[in-house]
Amino acid sequence: MSDDAAGSATAEHGLTGAAQTVASFDTERPGLIRRIQAFLHTYPTAIPFIVLIVGIAIFSFAAGSKFFAPFNLSLVLQQVTIIGVLGIAQTLIILTAGIDLSVGAIMILSSIVMGRLSVVAGVPVEIAFVMGLATGVLCGFINGVLVARIKLPPFIVTLGTWSIYGSMIIFISNSETIRSQDIAAIAPMLQWMGARVALGGGAILTIGSMVMLLIAAGVWYVLNRTAFGRHIYATGDDPESARLAGINTTWTLIGVYTLAGLICALASWVLIGRVGAVSPLGSQTANLDSITAVVIGGTSLFGGRGSIVGTLLGALIVGMFRNGLALSGVDVLWQEFAVGALIIIAVTTDQWIRRISA
Amino acid sequence: MSLDQTAASLTATPIAGPQPILSAHNLQKRYGKVVALDHADFDLYPGEILAVIGDNGAGKSTLIKTLCGAVIPDAGTIKLDGSPIAFKSPMEARLAGIETVYQNLALSPALSIADNLFLGREMRKKGPLGDIFRLLDRSGMNRIAREKLTELGLMTIQNIGQSVETLSGGQRQGVAVARAAAFGSRVVIMDEPTAALGVKESRRVLELMLDVKRRGLPIVLISHNMPHVFEVADRIHIHRLGRRIAVINPKDHTMSDAVAIMTGAMEPPAQAASAS
Repeated sequence: MSDDAAGSATAEHGLTGAAQTVASFDTERPGLIRRIQAFLHTYPTAIPFIVLIVGIAIFSFAAGSKFFAPFNLSLVLQQVTIIGVLGIAQTLIILTAGIDLSVGAIMILSSIVMGRLSVVAGVPVEIAFVMGLATGVLCGFINGVLVARIKLPPFIVTLGTWSIYGSMIIFISNSETIRSQDIAAIAPMLQWMGARVALGGGAILTIGSMVMLLIAAGVWYVLNRTAFGRHIYATGDDPESARLAGINTTWTLIGVYTLAGLICALASWVLIGRVGAVSPLGSQTANLDSITAVVIGGTSLFGGRGSIVGTLLGALIVGMFRNGLALSGVDVLWQEFAVGALIIIAVTTDQWIRRISA
Repeated sequence: MSLDQTAASLTATPIAGPQPILSAHNLQKRYGKVVALDHADFDLYPGEILAVIGDNGAGKSTLIKTLCGAVIPDAGTIKLDGSPIAFKSPMEARLAGIETVYQNLALSPALSIADNLFLGREMRKKGPLGDIFRLLDRSGMNRIAREKLTELGLMTIQNIGQSVETLSGGQRQGVAVARAAAFGSRVVIMDEPTAALGVKESRRVLELMLDVKRRGLPIVLISHNMPHVFEVADRIHIHRLGRRIAVINPKDHTMSDAVAIMTGAMEPPAQAASAS
């Protein structure tokens, strides 16, 4: 402060002749790497898009017409539908710099509620369906309250609720699987998502795949065209700034976890359609697969940047690698190896792109 | 009579003049054993630029945060236009017309300039698209954002849709100042608005402050930059050890005096001390 004291009101007159370009930009032409970095910073979804195209080209070459056939490509789409829907929910959470390990458990729990109520308890299927959705919403809301109000780390919260919802699955289902035939006879509505539409040329689309695209479109709209969506990005980007700018970050977070819960419940509908039966098993890999899709899709684990389109591409990339490597006659263990490598590369690329502002 | 003259006459007689637009009395705030505010007072009069100076840790940040709703004081009263207020969040202060430019700018780096300008008070489309589908009025927000930045001479920024993290420090400050100037209706608080700026951009911000004052909005300026403080301030509130120890008129005192009072090297002038 003594420097200022020594100055005077006319201190800046001495600067009249000084260079006035303090804040000017470096006008040197940036190198190719820099320009690629800048391009990817502006269009981060370009990376999974390029990976998908290159992957399709490689597998078409390696596995021939077996891979690049309408039937096979539409099969990949069907295979990634459930992970795609869960990935949309996971994207919302990760955009807020959180993580949700309970998405798979919420999905299974919702499907159990729908199946048990309609088939075993004899409740009208519409009511059972709504109760299933409500279950997902409630589970998400609980996660949200624990994260936003009690201010626990999302990883710990959802690690805990993963176990809790998992125990509810066993409790409600009695560890019993509801057979596909019973559902078809008593509550056929639950299997609607599995209905197939032939597109010609051997390509087959399920209603579930289309619903996945509809959910994606809806969430894209929320994220990019509503204030709530902007608040989700701002909250994940810098929660303190978001709060100071007047955003209620607590309710934004609770809203995000609740919406994710609803989407998980919708995923359970897609799941019943795809599997036919309602089984208490199978949530373990769904959690990690959904995170994989989000990360490979270019959404940053640090929050604030990423997109729904990226997640869909990420899910397709995982599905494509599994399918393509299998058709190329590569051992299953190398499929897992490839997926793991993709995750590492995706996160490394994200770190590199984020460094542009530094 | 211009507002400048009004402000000048007010600053000459701060006690006998009309009521302060924003005032605080006996504010206290502790963080554990640390006393951030120790019976602090504060008065801002209509149409003036009041500088708040103080050494690091003097509690001026805490004082400002209580005024803009970011910190809730343990005790004391705050009045806006004579009526007591108790903000629970920055949003409530903003709704009451108090806008703040925070030192960290409170911008969201990954969002666009227009998004940041309207963060927390987005405009929706008219009619069912906005009411039912909550559709944002992006073109409207972009238009207003462009207008506000042009007013500040900040439209060297090429693209209103570019993300804030791609801007220089000065440009970011410009976006934050534009946001406060655009929405403030009663009081604008600026926390170190020129600290991160180059000479040219600082000058622009100082001119902007005088612009805002001319429009009749009083400004609270927190700054360490004495030349800037003495250039634009009508009165200087000196904060020391958690309380206001003096209010001086920059025309009657030198920068050395101000710094000496601030650091405790000089006794605060008796007449100014009695003003508190």
